[in-house]
Amino acid sequence: MTTLEFKNVTKIYNVRGFGQIKALDEVSFTLRSHQTIGLVGQSGSGKSTIAKILTQLETPTRGEVLLDGAPIPRGGKGLRKYRQQLRMVFQDPFASLNPYHSIRHHIERPLRLDKVVPRDQLDDEVRRLLLRVRLEPDAVMERRPHELSGGQRQRVAIARALASRPSLLVADEPVSMLDVSIRLGVLNLLADLQREEGLGVLYITHDLATARHFSDEIMVLNQGKVVERGTADDVILHPHDPYTQELRAASPDPEEFFRDRSARTLGGVR
Amino acid sequence: MSADTSTTVGPGPDSRNPENEAVGVQAAVAPGLGAAPIVAAPVSGAQSDAVQFDPTLVGTTATKAERGGSRVPWRFIGGRVLFYAFTAFAAISINFFIPRMMKGDAVQAYMAQSRGLLQPSAEKALRIQFGLDNSTSLWQQYWHYWGMLLHGDLGISISSGMAPVSEVIGAALPWTLSLVGIATIISFVVGTIVGAVVGWRRGGRLDFLVPVTTFLGTVPYFWLGLIFIAVFASLLGWFPAGHAYELGVTPGFNLDFISEVISHAALPALTIVIASVGGWVLGMRNMMLTVLDEDYITVAQAKGMPDRRVLWRYAARNAVLPQIQSFALALGFIVGGTLVMEMVFSYPGIGLLLLNATNAKDYALMQGIFLVLVLAVLVANILADIAYAILDPRVRETEA
Amino acid sequence: MTDPLLSIRDFSVVYDVDPPVAAVKNVTIDIERGEIVGLAGESGSGKTTLAYGIQRLLKPPAVITSGDVVFHDADGEDIDINSLGVEEMRRFRWDKISMVFQGAMNALNPVTTIGAQLDDVFLIHRPEMNRTERRAAVVDLLEIVKVGGARIRSYPHELSGGMRQRVMIAMALALRPQLMVMDEPTTALDVLVQREILKQISQLRHEFGFSVIFITHDLPLLLEISDRIAIMREGAIVELATSEQIWSDPEHEYTRSLLSSFPRLTGEKGVVVR
Repeated sequence: MTTLEFKNVTKIYNVRGFGQIKALDEVSFTLRSHQTIGLVGQSGSGKSTIAKILTQLETPTRGEVLLDGAPIPRGGKGLRKYRQQLRMVFQDPFASLNPYHSIRHHIERPLRLDKVVPRDQLDDEVRRLLLRVRLEPDAVMERRPHELSGGQRQRVAIARALASRPSLLVADEPVSMLDVSIRLGVLNLLADLQREEGLGVLYITHDLATARHFSDEIMVLNQGKVVERGTADDVILHPHDPYTQELRAASPDPEEFFRDRSARTLGGVR
Repeated sequence: MSADTSTTVGPGPDSRNPENEAVGVQAAVAPGLGAAPIVAAPVSGAQSDAVQFDPTLVGTTATKAERGGSRVPWRFIGGRVLFYAFTAFAAISINFFIPRMMKGDAVQAYMAQSRGLLQPSAEKALRIQFGLDNSTSLWQQYWHYWGMLLHGDLGISISSGMAPVSEVIGAALPWTLSLVGIATIISFVVGTIVGAVVGWRRGGRLDFLVPVTTFLGTVPYFWLGLIFIAVFASLLGWFPAGHAYELGVTPGFNLDFISEVISHAALPALTIVIASVGGWVLGMRNMMLTVLDEDYITVAQAKGMPDRRVLWRYAARNAVLPQIQSFALALGFIVGGTLVMEMVFSYPGIGLLLLNATNAKDYALMQGIFLVLVLAVLVANILADIAYAILDPRVRETEA
Repeated sequence: MTDPLLSIRDFSVVYDVDPPVAAVKNVTIDIERGEIVGLAGESGSGKTTLAYGIQRLLKPPAVITSGDVVFHDADGEDIDINSLGVEEMRRFRWDKISMVFQGAMNALNPVTTIGAQLDDVFLIHRPEMNRTERRAAVVDLLEIVKVGGARIRSYPHELSGGMRQRVMIAMALALRPQLMVMDEPTTALDVLVQREILKQISQLRHEFGFSVIFITHDLPLLLEISDRIAIMREGAIVELATSEQIWSDPEHEYTRSLLSSFPRLTGEKGVVVR
């Protein structure tokens, strides 16, 4: 059981000409294995700042980030262990894969670095991981990222994230750059892996609908503050916070739309 | 903006990101903030107020205040002035120290050159005159150097009969500036216009110009100059082969002299234009190809703009921006970069002067020329900065 | 309801590369006066190519290989777009059919003010207007889309994404066209802003009565705003029906699979296997 804890994290940026900007304001949450938290917010809400703090691109101005109760080490073995425990899947599978390296290389690298399996089992492990994300190992292993479709590339990125057998996964808009028909496939894959491997997943997204279906709990972030949190259905179906209500009202919802329409006279005002 | 910044909440670090909408909503709903600069919005209450407004009616997506009053980008100008002042200071200081770090100095060179005609006792006098007095500290020499510089005194040139360096340079500089400057401007203007048209008609017949101008650009100056001399001066006799004007002609502001000067400048100018126009054509053409793929070009066409207008107002106007930076660099090199051309045509400009100064180990003159070169590059860059700021509104704000 | 504004018949576009790619295949559709037609499809389905093809805005290697596009002008004249000369086509564009483009960032010329870009439209299409009249018209447009006439001298980078998209809509509205083609007009925007823009579009449509071809991959959104929806796949329209029918009774297999790719915001779960 691994837990990642954000404790009253505040991040303030000094922007020249504008003064100080609070990107995160006393944000606290706990992510555990076997659990998916949806982090919903629009651009500028601070959700990318959370991702940056998790990837150590930024450090909190105040507050703590704890992994199993201990602060994240700044370097050395501890940091490597942290990185092995918590992996990221990014929005753009093109940008996160190196165009000059084969798929095999991408997945082997974390295996070697974290010494997950003995050298002679590397090949088998790469195959196992590719099968895990439902890619045909022989078809993709020796290819380079540009030879794969967007969905396949994102699957490779997931396989790579799983290689070092993390217990936590941060998925930052993992499907928003993919074509609509394959988004669900990738999300379902993530959901399956989460369940089967007992991962704790932080699903960062702007999309309320996928957040609802994909998460156990949802946190809504607005201007650096968590304005609402609760179980997925509670937050989306019965939002209390005005901002969440506004978001929900603005998101396309054909179901409700047609229900309301038939309730009124047909051909009503659009 | 509130002094107590900790009570203000802003958008994320990417608040300048165009897609940042949530912020705008807040800023617009909070009363009175409509005209405030984007970031700060009081936290308390702002969100709960948000729902009560129909966002369509408020005009929610403002992220910037109205630009009121002055459109002069003082911040930008101030920043650049500081930058250039520092660069000039650094360059001048380096110009002071480098000759002093070299083995031997001007005085020793001069003494050696005089082959014993000067008494060793003259060395001391020379040193003082050159500002190289061993008995004073480097620091004092440095101050002395600045003092002289601010009085326009660059020392004396041993290779030009002990004439003041400033005078020697002053005599050569106008020739270089006018010849090479005008030639470079012609080359830039012609090359940019041709490049814009070639880029606009990509795949058209004009594409043949690309390899042709590229080829001309790879031909060395001196070779092109020699060929021109051979053909136009020796063979056809249309233009004189060298010098700025015939010996014996009295310089003056009259038609005879001016036409004399123009006919002498024609071949060197043509050499420069032919050799450098290819770069401008190619640079502009490639930039045009990039710009033509931009959405605003499609929009302009969908708007029913005539081709001519799309080409110049929309495409070329954007494509020319990188050209201007290259142009600044090219202007900077005017003074020094044409040494070869001035040799071939025996043109009495700065390049030729630098060559002579180097041969004669005339340090004071070399130092003076380098100073002029550095200042020329700086001035050219300032001009380019100004042009850029006029042409590209984004620069004014982002690079202060 | 047969008062067609635009009749597209057997329209095909081929990308003349090796091997040639059929981007739009024999599309036939009528756009009625005053309606919103949604064009849904994934990337590469040919929806954008079709929209650009109507206005003959495609660049090589795209070639229109077959089809007629006839515009039934409000004054009763039928204009066969494919037979227009270059100059006639230029004058037709924006005057009768205008466009709102994807990604408002790049759709506006970054180095001139939005006022000048709006002014351009009048300068070219309404040469009889003088400077004062044009300026008044531009201010008027900016007020209509609620950007505010005071922003006439703003540059695109000084505006937010939503603001820029409003400017694009103002521009599209300038000549009071009878049809607006909107290519993913809200895709890059946050949902709140997206909703504002959509509201504005529908308000303006009520006020000015233009038809809209709305292109997007976002089917749930399309269902809410369109009268009819054409589902495109691999260059062909696989299904064309009212949005109610598409929602409640989709006929084509692909329509069903596309619908099921969007998890329901409030509907029952089950799309995502958990």
